[in-house]
Amino acid sequence: MSATLTRSAVEAGGSAAAQNRRRRRRGYGYGTPLLEFVMVPITVAYLFPLYIMVSMSFKTTQEIAASKVAPPDGLFTGNYATAWSEADLGRAMLNSVIITVASITLAVLVGSMAGYAIARGARRTSTPKLMLFLLGLMIPGQLGMVPLYTLMRDLGLLQTHASLIIFYIGSLMPLTVFLYTGFLKTQSPTYEEAAKIDGAGWWQTYARVVFPLLRPVTGTVIIINTINTWNDFLTPLLYLAGTPNRTLPVAVFSFQGEFASEWGLIFAGMVIAAFPVLVVYFFLQRHIIRGFGSGLKG
Amino acid sequence: MTMAVTGRGTANKRSPFRGSGGRSREGRLHRAPQWFLIPALVFYGVVVLYPSIAGAFYSFTDWRGGAGASWTGLENFHKLLGNEAAVAALRNTLVIAVTLTIVQTFLGLLLALALNTAIRSRNLLRTLFFAPMMLPPVITGLLWQYIYVPGGPLDSALNTLGLGGLTQSWLGNSSIALWAIIGSVIWHHVGMSMVIYLAGLQRIPEELYEAASLDGAGAIRRFWSVTRPLLGQATTIATALTMTASLKLFDQVFVMTGGGPGVSTQTLSLIMYKEAFVYGNYGYGSAIALVLTMIVAFIVFLQMSVTRRGEVEA
Repeated sequence: MSATLTRSAVEAGGSAAAQNRRRRRRGYGYGTPLLEFVMVPITVAYLFPLYIMVSMSFKTTQEIAASKVAPPDGLFTGNYATAWSEADLGRAMLNSVIITVASITLAVLVGSMAGYAIARGARRTSTPKLMLFLLGLMIPGQLGMVPLYTLMRDLGLLQTHASLIIFYIGSLMPLTVFLYTGFLKTQSPTYEEAAKIDGAGWWQTYARVVFPLLRPVTGTVIIINTINTWNDFLTPLLYLAGTPNRTLPVAVFSFQGEFASEWGLIFAGMVIAAFPVLVVYFFLQRHIIRGFGSGLKG
Repeated sequence: MTMAVTGRGTANKRSPFRGSGGRSREGRLHRAPQWFLIPALVFYGVVVLYPSIAGAFYSFTDWRGGAGASWTGLENFHKLLGNEAAVAALRNTLVIAVTLTIVQTFLGLLLALALNTAIRSRNLLRTLFFAPMMLPPVITGLLWQYIYVPGGPLDSALNTLGLGGLTQSWLGNSSIALWAIIGSVIWHHVGMSMVIYLAGLQRIPEELYEAASLDGAGAIRRFWSVTRPLLGQATTIATALTMTASLKLFDQVFVMTGGGPGVSTQTLSLIMYKEAFVYGNYGYGSAIALVLTMIVAFIVFLQMSVTRRGEVEA
């Protein structure tokens, strides 16, 4: 251990996190295997609900009646087939994709433009402008829900994709603008200057210089916003329930209402609904987790 | 991502470019076109600002979504305070918020501490514990509703473990239902608290720990004097996020109990939804929403000023 201490005292290079990472690999001490061992039952207990969800979806009704916790005998896929067709989950998934992609793309575009305007705007007005957007983070969505609903209704937008897309873009503005403004303020404007000197117009400066510069934040913005948008329930319930335009969470909920006690079916539906997000998660987890952790500090 | 992590510290106070209007070394002003703000403002104004102001306004009327709305002053609020269900909802909302924030943040801290060590399964565990955050709250609610069914998975598991005496009607018992729901939400969100604390723990330089142990500090002392103060910022963020989210909690409660049994799991978001969208009492519903908004603003403000004082730079 003393060799470790000496070496680490000498190692001045690298960030604290990198140093910690290096050190931790060598610091595998005595208490550590105990901790690993203790974490096993904790993790198993923690994953129990997920296990239930997946194993139930593969059971027939008789198997479920027999035991709630035992693993399924075979992999009964009938539940999945029924769930897919009955709840029209394919259509719901498509709706979720359309709405999420459209909302996030436009939110990133509009939000980064606003962040650019605030961060590179007049010094005196930059903070009040930012505060205006930050208000949105404080106000619960419930306050404006009713007037917004009637507005949508009067505009004839209810039951269309557009209503949700507009809603999401607006709701995502506070966080998105906050993240973009905060980040851009730490960046030097010299590249933008250079572009202007070379005769670039406003839009070109933004598109060619500013936006690429914002890539780290864009990653975080996309990740956080996509998850929240995809999983949102109440607003799609209000605007799209009962229509073929409904999103995945609403479809799963209605499905459960229809097939109240056929849990095998319901779980199959839930697995189908959760599957896309979980797949994306397992491929991108490092980025996602880092996005949540550091994006929130930036 | 290091840029984002260190950015926060400098962006607010010490950034040389803060609101400088992008003054370059030549002193030439580089101002971004302010009309770039317009699209964002339009969406934000239409979706958030206008409805919120309108909602606040309507809470003083008896609007039912139709043609006329007459001013009723504070009548809605009197009705709210006099209504037994509403008062219970208010109490439950606060109970949920406080319990959820404290327990979830604490567990998140424990997990982060455990995962910040040298155990080999770190990354796998981190992925697994964060996974439930990816699930829509609706699905989490339905899943746990099933788990809590009498004779269902939870009871079966308890029986298998020989703890059969603990089984009961988790969601059907009015004194337990609220806690059962809180438990399921903690399961869903603890990964978030854990990740925030992990990020905070990573920023603590190892030299501080070494210096402390060289001075003879044991593990507990090291945690108390080194880790805890430096996690102040992470704690602020974690508690603020959890607090706001839990005050507005809707999906899980809606799906699991709809407010029952009785009024034991009724929350402000729930009765607001019911009054406005089921009964059509838009004015009354908006009043409830306004009360919720003020509670959120007040509590977050309170809690931020408390935890902010605990923030220390490394």
